[in-house]
Amino acid sequence: MSRISETFHQLKKNEKTCLISYITAGDPSLDDSLKIMNTLVNSGTDIIELGVPFSDPMADGPTIQRACERALIHKTSCSDIFNLVKKFRINNKGTPIVLMGYLNPIERMGYDLFAKSASESGVDAVLVVDLPHEEAEDVVNIFKKYNLESIFLIAPNTKTERIKKIANYASGFLYYVSLKGVTGASTLDINSTKEQLKIIKNTIELPLAVGFGIKDAETAKILSNQADAIVIGSAIVNIIENEQGDNIKTNSDIMQLMNPIRLKLDENIISGEEV
Amino acid sequence: MKPNQNKKLSDFKLMKYGYPDDNGHYGVFGGTFVAETLIEPLRNLRDMYHKLKKDEDFLKELYSEYENYVGRPTPLYFAERLTSKINGANIFLKREDLCHTGAHKINNTIGQAILAKKMGKTRIIAETGAGQHGVASATVAARLGMECVVFMGEQDIYRQSQNVYRMKLLGAEVVPVTSGSKTLKDALNEALRDWVTNVDDTFYIIGTVAGPSPYPELVRDFQAIIGREVINQMQEIDKKVDALVACVGGGSNAIGLFYPFIDTESKMYGVEAAGDGLDTDKHSAPLNKGKIGVLHGNRTYLLEDENGQIIETHSISAGLDYPGVGPEHALLKDLGRVNYESATDKESLEAFHELSKVEGIIPALETSHAVAYAIKLAAKMKKGENIIINLSGRGDKDLNTVARIEGIEI
Repeated sequence: MSRISETFHQLKKNEKTCLISYITAGDPSLDDSLKIMNTLVNSGTDIIELGVPFSDPMADGPTIQRACERALIHKTSCSDIFNLVKKFRINNKGTPIVLMGYLNPIERMGYDLFAKSASESGVDAVLVVDLPHEEAEDVVNIFKKYNLESIFLIAPNTKTERIKKIANYASGFLYYVSLKGVTGASTLDINSTKEQLKIIKNTIELPLAVGFGIKDAETAKILSNQADAIVIGSAIVNIIENEQGDNIKTNSDIMQLMNPIRLKLDENIISGEEV
Repeated sequence: MKPNQNKKLSDFKLMKYGYPDDNGHYGVFGGTFVAETLIEPLRNLRDMYHKLKKDEDFLKELYSEYENYVGRPTPLYFAERLTSKINGANIFLKREDLCHTGAHKINNTIGQAILAKKMGKTRIIAETGAGQHGVASATVAARLGMECVVFMGEQDIYRQSQNVYRMKLLGAEVVPVTSGSKTLKDALNEALRDWVTNVDDTFYIIGTVAGPSPYPELVRDFQAIIGREVINQMQEIDKKVDALVACVGGGSNAIGLFYPFIDTESKMYGVEAAGDGLDTDKHSAPLNKGKIGVLHGNRTYLLEDENGQIIETHSISAGLDYPGVGPEHALLKDLGRVNYESATDKESLEAFHELSKVEGIIPALETSHAVAYAIKLAAKMKKGENIIINLSGRGDKDLNTVARIEGIEI
């Protein structure tokens, strides 16, 4: 069983919701990223999404665009990110790592070399934001060859027929974009998202993650009834930006953000155990 | 190839050259590389466009706007003095600079705006570099009574303050883009982000033959009126077309001129911006110096660093200052059908002055790149042969830039 499947399997057994956290690799430095990854795990993160910085992140909001810019000041490359993952894996063999980024840096490195190096460093899956399934067949096959899972997005305007097609290419989990907009937007409509999630859950078998616009424990909790995983991204990246390289403060602020989310997600279970 | 005098849009199925395919690919180029949220609106746009391009009412409205609002057909002018001075091929200028708003851009914006209206959209967004496409978008939005928002890099807003004011006069909102390099590519990112967010009521008018499918196809089809008119105009004076020359940034004016000639024997030359020179790192010539990659929804030639990050480009003309190029140009390069040449800032400035003094026509700095190369080409061609330059825009917008370079205060 893959690390991601194993993670979802265990969480399901314990009736827990998966918490996925996003940071951009190399923001503000690779050393900082390693510390933050460990902090995320210590504050309840089950899967880490590591952003591969790109100069033109057109599906991301200003927060993650600026994170990319900070990471690119010192030219964070795919190879740098593989080294980061290798270092992380020395002490952590269990937490799945998903790389999330845009196609061009991967294409430039070469798909085969990228997939081979990613897999060897301990990466579990790749989400290429600007690669819809129609363009993805060759890439997915190369990823598969190196045991990398392919995560795909589903949007609020994705029709059911298309969701089924996407699911054919996807492995690991599917990622539902909870709003029409970019990452970090503030217009998440909880009720319509809940409805959509119900429909999608009936269509697919893979675990379903939901992200874009989730900033607090309350929203995370409400959506967790319909989804297997909750993704927190821009809220974490905002902290990294605000603390401007102050290591201790960054990590303590991230703890303060993530601990309540983890607690809230686990609330029912704790009370359930008490009964 | 028979000239197409009917009021139609291109029907590529009738041509031997049959690109793009059903998935918007031009060989390995083009395609739809966007986040999932944009897939559905792009499909709707493609389906609507394929339906409307054969719809008589749509074509009637489009051609009525071409004639009465844009000012088509534009003249094909024989540049007699320039021809005799160079003493080579006969030089003809396709006068797109005489279109309403001063450039070919409006051929496309009027087409897309009518499409937007037919799709029930009430709000138009556009990206702009030099401001020409922004002005052309703001103009048609005013013409059709639609809201218009134009995204423009902060750098460009500063460099092109006059066009910013023009857009505001036309009722558009100009949004400064402060991310990345603060230029055209970042304006495009920002427009895509707006579109993802407001996709229900908003139509995104892309200004060039790039972007995700179906944009390269529909922008080409709206611009192909240029080449079709040239075919008719040369037939009327019973002359053969030996060579076609146009500047290439994203490449919309070039494709507009070239496309109807693809199945003919005419030679074609696209001219990229060589900036300080192709061997320096200050140019905007992805077809000459770029690598294949994916940006802004399509696969094409790009200027990027060793890690696949898009690099900043340079050209004296803001309209050519873009790190990518339309996917169809990438294909035409690889097929060997079009020769992609370049002209430096310096050569283009010289051509700018030459055409102004010899013919009394001040070309845009973008266009001056085509003029610079065409002058060299015409000199090598035989007398009696004919060369067409797409005079894509007028140079009024560039007077400040040229004056500044030459140390003149206006």
